Amino acid sequence: MMEAFNVGLALLILALAVWTVVARDTFAAVVGFVAYGLLLTLVWVQLHGIDVALTEAALGSGLTGALLIGAAARLRKTEGAARAERPGVSTRVAAALAAGCVTAALAVAVLALPDPAPTLAPETAANIAATGVGNPITAVLLAFRAMDTLLEAIVVLFAMIGVWSLAPDRAWGGRPGPLHRADPDGILAYLARVLPPIGLVVGLYIFWIGADLPGGKFQGATILAAMWLLVVMAGLADTPPIGSARLRIALVAGPVVFIAIGAAGVATAGAFLAYPDGLAKPLIKVIEWALLPSLALTLALILAGAPERPAK
Amino acid sequence: MSLADLFTITAVSAGAVFFLAGTVGLLRFPDALTRLHALTKADNLGLGLVVLGLLPRVDGVLAGLKLVAIWLLALLAGAVVSQLIARAARRADPPA
Repeated sequence: MMEAFNVGLALLILALAVWTVVARDTFAAVVGFVAYGLLLTLVWVQLHGIDVALTEAALGSGLTGALLIGAAARLRKTEGAARAERPGVSTRVAAALAAGCVTAALAVAVLALPDPAPTLAPETAANIAATGVGNPITAVLLAFRAMDTLLEAIVVLFAMIGVWSLAPDRAWGGRPGPLHRADPDGILAYLARVLPPIGLVVGLYIFWIGADLPGGKFQGATILAAMWLLVVMAGLADTPPIGSARLRIALVAGPVVFIAIGAAGVATAGAFLAYPDGLAKPLIKVIEWALLPSLALTLALILAGAPERPAK
Repeated sequence: MSLADLFTITAVSAGAVFFLAGTVGLLRFPDALTRLHALTKADNLGLGLVVLGLLPRVDGVLAGLKLVAIWLLALLAGAVVSQLIARAARRADPPA
């Protein structure tokens, strides 16, 4: 019974992936991509990777989907012209060959993997108690592979700086995104008043539970960012000017705390990002608490877009 | 098969029927507003019945409350989003 469900799910995902690539309309392709991400979430649940499923739903499908919808809306004006341009036969053959080679290389690489796959899981499981964290994913991300997580948090910050760098000169230091004006008694303003208290609790809950059960700062931060953007889009609040010193401090505070604790590890535990004995769990908690607000702000500002209006 | 199992099977199956009806409506109805009508009504009831059917199977009151909360949030989101889409559809294609 479950077998049939899994096969059906795999076929549906493949079909949706092909459709998303083939769709001529950009907006339709984005909708296909979001649905694809949600189906992928189900696959992760089937594989018992609940942490990955949460991340896929929140970031892979939700946040990326919203970014792509914004991009599709901006491209709408040029879409007709882009579609009218038909590449020549040689270009298309070359593109098909390149894509085919990449697919073949990926297939060879996957098929050449040793069976059973090499794994560090038994060693990780044997040493998990040393971190004092109940959720193995959190333990791996913040103790055994803390470097990756640190770089991830910084990459997100760089992505936001990349978005900012698209600002026209006159708007530099100004407020990101258009000025949203919604009916103050309308349905959107109503939702922006009702949902954020619930979203705050859910976001903090997912963050808090991450120490022992699936959840964590990235998933929690995405929900918090979504709540803030909802309030902004309903016209109840405005985005802060990117020149604001307070905003910039809030953005870098999380990574700075992470790096500081990592550097302290050199003196106290003998390696960058090493935690002294017995202090692993409290230090991991400090890092998580410091990263949450910075991540939520960064993710929200990536979605809000480049500065468009001078701060006045 | 216990009474609780029977209840779960009945309620979840009924929920699935509503999902199916909503999907058929989405595919068959002629314009954006009627399609929205089919989707939101059927999904709200369908999800409600699935949640109702799963309630006897959860371990603990808290897990049950979480399920009900998910249904209520889906109701809220469905109602708001369908209003927003309907408004956008009306603006793009005003009634004669």
